[in-house]
Amino acid sequence: MDYLLTEEQKMIKDLCRQIAEEKIKPVAAEYDEKNEFPWDIVKVMAESDIMGIYIPEEYGGMGGGVMDLAIATEELSWGCGGISLAFAASGLGTFPIILFGNEEQKKKYLPRIASGTIAAFALTEAEAGSDAGGIKTTAVKDGDHYILNGTKQWITNGGEAEVYSVVAMTDRKKGARGASAFIVEKDMPGVSFGKKEDKLGIRGSATREVIFTDCRVPKENLLGREGLGFIVAMKTFDHSRPGVAAQAVGIAQRALDEAVKYAHERRQFGTTISSFQGVQFMLADMAIQTEAARAIVYSAARMIDSGAKDIAKVSAMCKTFASDTAMKVTTDAVQVFGGYGYMKEYPAEKLMRDAKITQIYEGTNQIQRGVIASALIKESLAK
Amino acid sequence: MKIIVLIKQVPDSTDVKIDPVTNTLKREGVASIINPFDMYAIEEAIRIRERFGEGEVVALTMGPPQAEEALREAISMGCDRGILVSDRKFAGSDTWATSYTLSQAIRKIDDFSVVFCGKQASDGDTAQVGPGVSMHLDIPQVTYVKKIDKIDKGSATVERMTEEGFDIIETPLPAVFTVVKEINEPRLPSLKGKMRAKKAEIRKMSADELSCEEDKIGLDGSPTRVSKVFSPPPRGGGRVLEGEPEEVSRELTGLLKDIVIG
Repeated sequence: MDYLLTEEQKMIKDLCRQIAEEKIKPVAAEYDEKNEFPWDIVKVMAESDIMGIYIPEEYGGMGGGVMDLAIATEELSWGCGGISLAFAASGLGTFPIILFGNEEQKKKYLPRIASGTIAAFALTEAEAGSDAGGIKTTAVKDGDHYILNGTKQWITNGGEAEVYSVVAMTDRKKGARGASAFIVEKDMPGVSFGKKEDKLGIRGSATREVIFTDCRVPKENLLGREGLGFIVAMKTFDHSRPGVAAQAVGIAQRALDEAVKYAHERRQFGTTISSFQGVQFMLADMAIQTEAARAIVYSAARMIDSGAKDIAKVSAMCKTFASDTAMKVTTDAVQVFGGYGYMKEYPAEKLMRDAKITQIYEGTNQIQRGVIASALIKESLAK
Repeated sequence: MKIIVLIKQVPDSTDVKIDPVTNTLKREGVASIINPFDMYAIEEAIRIRERFGEGEVVALTMGPPQAEEALREAISMGCDRGILVSDRKFAGSDTWATSYTLSQAIRKIDDFSVVFCGKQASDGDTAQVGPGVSMHLDIPQVTYVKKIDKIDKGSATVERMTEEGFDIIETPLPAVFTVVKEINEPRLPSLKGKMRAKKAEIRKMSADELSCEEDKIGLDGSPTRVSKVFSPPPRGGGRVLEGEPEEVSRELTGLLKDIVIG
């Protein structure tokens, strides 16, 4: 399908597919097995200007928007849905700076990230997942610094990233309005890293605890102002969810490609299984769903880039639809592969494992549906 | 330092068609790539420019108009500009005529220090154009270069791969180096490079502009005549002798005697 991409977007798509095909695909199974962070791929992406695609040109990036980020994430995720996170989750960690950073903060951090420094977003805690209002990490003002204490959990790129956007409570009494966002650097005193998670999928990415123990953060590193923490988080997610959705589309597309290829090779009853209508219909449905997911992701991304105000609903819609699609399509791919689909020697089972997270993180699909429903009700009442 | 890289656009396919009349490769309509060995030449040239922090890498190719794509790809990797030597008169050139024509184009580029080439092209596999260019230009050549130890404007020390190991060769510059894949790992293009490549103006040079002597170019200027193209018959299956060394060597000697004495 022709999505009328610009020349630059076509270049991004081609280059990211080339990286996925030549650099990521050959090592994806190994990173999945070893559960390691793909620094060699990060280097390739940085040298190819990929890491700065969504960063404004005046800060050393390529000046692309959410659409460009989505295109890149989709293609890289086609290579490996875990390895692509070094790029995509760095975007998640960077959006707070792009959206809420002041000139000094942007000048200081964005060029570094554009040239390959990894960023991460640290919101989730053990007791605060979907209910982000429950975070316990505190930030107490002390002269020119804030002192951070607390433990963030399941932080993608944790331990590998140099720059963290962290949400902590500056005034617990105010509840959600008492949270603030900070830029914290890895080597600031009081930053340490805990348990490295052993995950079902996206094992080519790092997921780790980030611990703050009397961590002194200069007050210049406050994003926006005190009390904006949740706004920062929500606006960041509105911009980053199409990225998760694009990751899901990339995984689904790969599952479809592998399934079609396999169905054409695998022979049973004296013919290829692709000649059986039962298999054909599965492949057709996988293709329809993947294409529909891509269409909604691109539409949402373009709407966000247009500067539209109420983006929470479309952002949630594309994330929910694309991730549910990826789960279904990868499950069907395993089915097309039959017994081989269940084995690690074949690519299908990894795709299914990698797809699952997209229904869970950056807001579970249940939370997304809640966001969509509230928007519907709000729109209806406004009429 | 100015560096020239000679590249060739080759078919990206094992399904190469041969013109039954001229017995040369049919290139039109086949998906094309830069000859894989030339990618190492491009990478090495860019690395040297990066090491010096200044200079220019010029990609040069001879071919049909569509070879411009190969030059743009070279620019997207980091070459500064591209020159396309193209003229209907060059059609049917063999390695002698090609190296003559390329050397005429190189003469138009002032003050270059190195000409890099891949060790051979994946379609013709002759490994003759690099050395041919050096002969036409009357400058030194080192083939199968696997490492550049030292390089400055006037001389270079390089390692030349041999079957047993490598030679260390010191040569004055300018010189022609043909490189093997052990020399580096070619980079991928960058986005900024791709954008520059899209806008880049490709300089085109014709036979007249290069003041080529008519009897040295194209099919007429090519001494090579391809009389027949065929696939060699497959080798027969070998036989593995197994057992104790003494026993095996006795059997082998017997077999050899049978073949020789017959």
